[in-house]
Amino acid sequence: MKKLLLLAGTALAVALGATAASAQDKTKACFIYVGPIGDFGWSYQHDQGRLAIEAAFGDKVETAYLENVSEGPDAERAIERLARDGCDIIFTTSFGFMDPTIKVAKKYPDVKFEHATGFKTAENVGIYNSRFYEGRYIIGQMAAKVSKAGMAGYIVSFPIPEVVMGINAFMLGAQSVNPDFKVKIVWVNSWFDPGKEADAAKALFDQGADIMVQHTDSTAPLQIAEERGLKGFGQASDMIKFAPNAQMTSIVDDWSAYYVGRVQAVMDGTWKPENKWGGLADKGLMMAPYTNVPEDVAKAAAETEAKIASGEFHPFTGPIFDQDGKERYAAGVVAPDGDLLGMNWYVKGVDDKLPQ
Amino acid sequence: MLEAIILTVITAATPLLLAAIGELVVERSGVLNLGVEGMMVMGAVCGFAGTLTFGTPFAGIIAGALAGMAVSLLFGFATLTLVANQVASGLALTLFGLGLAGLIGEGFVGTPGLKLPALFIPGLTDLPVVGRILFGQDVLVYLSFALVAGVSWFLFRTRAGLVLRAVGDNHGSAHALGYSVVKVRYLAVLFGGACAGLGGAYLSIAYTPLWVESMTAGRGWIALALVVFASWRPGRLVVGAYLFGAVTILQLHAQPLGLGVPSQFLSMLPYLATVVVLVLISGNRRATRFNTPACLGTPFVPDR
Repeated sequence: MKKLLLLAGTALAVALGATAASAQDKTKACFIYVGPIGDFGWSYQHDQGRLAIEAAFGDKVETAYLENVSEGPDAERAIERLARDGCDIIFTTSFGFMDPTIKVAKKYPDVKFEHATGFKTAENVGIYNSRFYEGRYIIGQMAAKVSKAGMAGYIVSFPIPEVVMGINAFMLGAQSVNPDFKVKIVWVNSWFDPGKEADAAKALFDQGADIMVQHTDSTAPLQIAEERGLKGFGQASDMIKFAPNAQMTSIVDDWSAYYVGRVQAVMDGTWKPENKWGGLADKGLMMAPYTNVPEDVAKAAAETEAKIASGEFHPFTGPIFDQDGKERYAAGVVAPDGDLLGMNWYVKGVDDKLPQ
Repeated sequence: MLEAIILTVITAATPLLLAAIGELVVERSGVLNLGVEGMMVMGAVCGFAGTLTFGTPFAGIIAGALAGMAVSLLFGFATLTLVANQVASGLALTLFGLGLAGLIGEGFVGTPGLKLPALFIPGLTDLPVVGRILFGQDVLVYLSFALVAGVSWFLFRTRAGLVLRAVGDNHGSAHALGYSVVKVRYLAVLFGGACAGLGGAYLSIAYTPLWVESMTAGRGWIALALVVFASWRPGRLVVGAYLFGAVTILQLHAQPLGLGVPSQFLSMLPYLATVVVLVLISGNRRATRFNTPACLGTPFVPDR
């Protein structure tokens, strides 16, 4: 069996070597996605970025991707396969790909790597992320203004800093309008399971929430909001078609400009590992049109958006207290990026215990 | 509150029940088809496509069932005509189905679907508490129960059902008696495909009216487990599917109540419940052996 595998491996390597040789004059940009490109959410938006590279460089580039790669040992094999396959730059687009990316990068020093949403870098590994929390602060304010129940339901995937940061930003935004605003949280332990996300949405509405917030990738929770005549927010892409009367806005990721820029840098030979954390300011993050809300709510949201984009206001500005009432940031102090990226505590007012 | 929970449980249990009742018949005929997930996802994409193309969810139901049958025919050809290994063919069917469905569905990503309307009988559906639960479901929910009753009657009350069970228990004897083992198994596999297709179609036109790749998210595997859980008896399948659905939904309700139980543990509960019941059932060895189709998974090659 082992011999057979070895044989198959050699055959594959030979085949791949052949393609690499013929494609030497082209720059090859490769992607690893955690979900299917048809999720119409996270992975879909990354793939839009890949298509933007193709559109920008035409036949000077070649792109490839592997979708549905799970965040485990499989990821390492998948990334390594792309590295062997002659990719010049590899974008690994989920938090769980962090350690596999670093591992493979060590073995392939000539290949450039870009890891999304993580915090580990190396000589040939850069990281990039988007300040989703900026959008989440805005929707928090909107939720608190629109909600009659004074309570939102929040569907989340895994207890990683990115998600916790999102919940905190949402609550800070909501509390800036209504200090007693409540949030009910359901962990579905999956980035993508439309059925389970729909069930979670129903459970949250049944328990009295009237606003749906999600940090999972499918349109199912918004569809439930639409069905019940309640409101919610989209995630990753503009989901208005699925909830024409329910979606108030959506936090839209746009990776195109960043991806095109990085591939250009590889072509010019100027690529260096960076720690890029974009957001509303550089349009890596955009808010879908504010709809289905009273005019003053939309206006206030647009104002907050402008303030955050211009750098006039940072959502994580003290005073910020944690659940135990301890002051984490004094009045006027802005939480440093390092703290945000490792956030593992809830702000005051979140009625949930963080799974450790 | 209770009414809301029960309504959600019904939605969660129906796709499992639909897929599992088909697989139960397949396994009763002695064939182990591990491709339920693949057939379900094909049913989901074709159900969605059929709904949008013809503008009615009822066309989607038919398209879903036909799609499930079409891919199950491939499995039947491989395992029954070519006598290939059933486990390998079933796994291949799952992978194939997931891939093909993604390809077919590419153009439908990001398009909202139509939802299968729920039944409304003036007077009955308005009844307090039980009205919506008993008389306000969509047609596939009623169909799932009709299928369970029908399969139960067919397997244990008809001559054809007896032949099917005989084929599953001892294909050599059934063949010697002059029954066409391969024909019976083909029909069973096709029925299983249609049911899995219906289960998938339920996902994309009733549960969450949308199409996204891999939207079955492992439900085909749970349906497979439920058949063993039910020890190949249709009635117990209802218990299993609804128990699984109920624990899934209750854990989602328990979380926002803030009981302080880790969510990972709660997510585990449905599976834990399944394992516990399986252990309890297998305590009675004789009954288990009595119900298990003796030829399950064994390829049939007639010795002439």
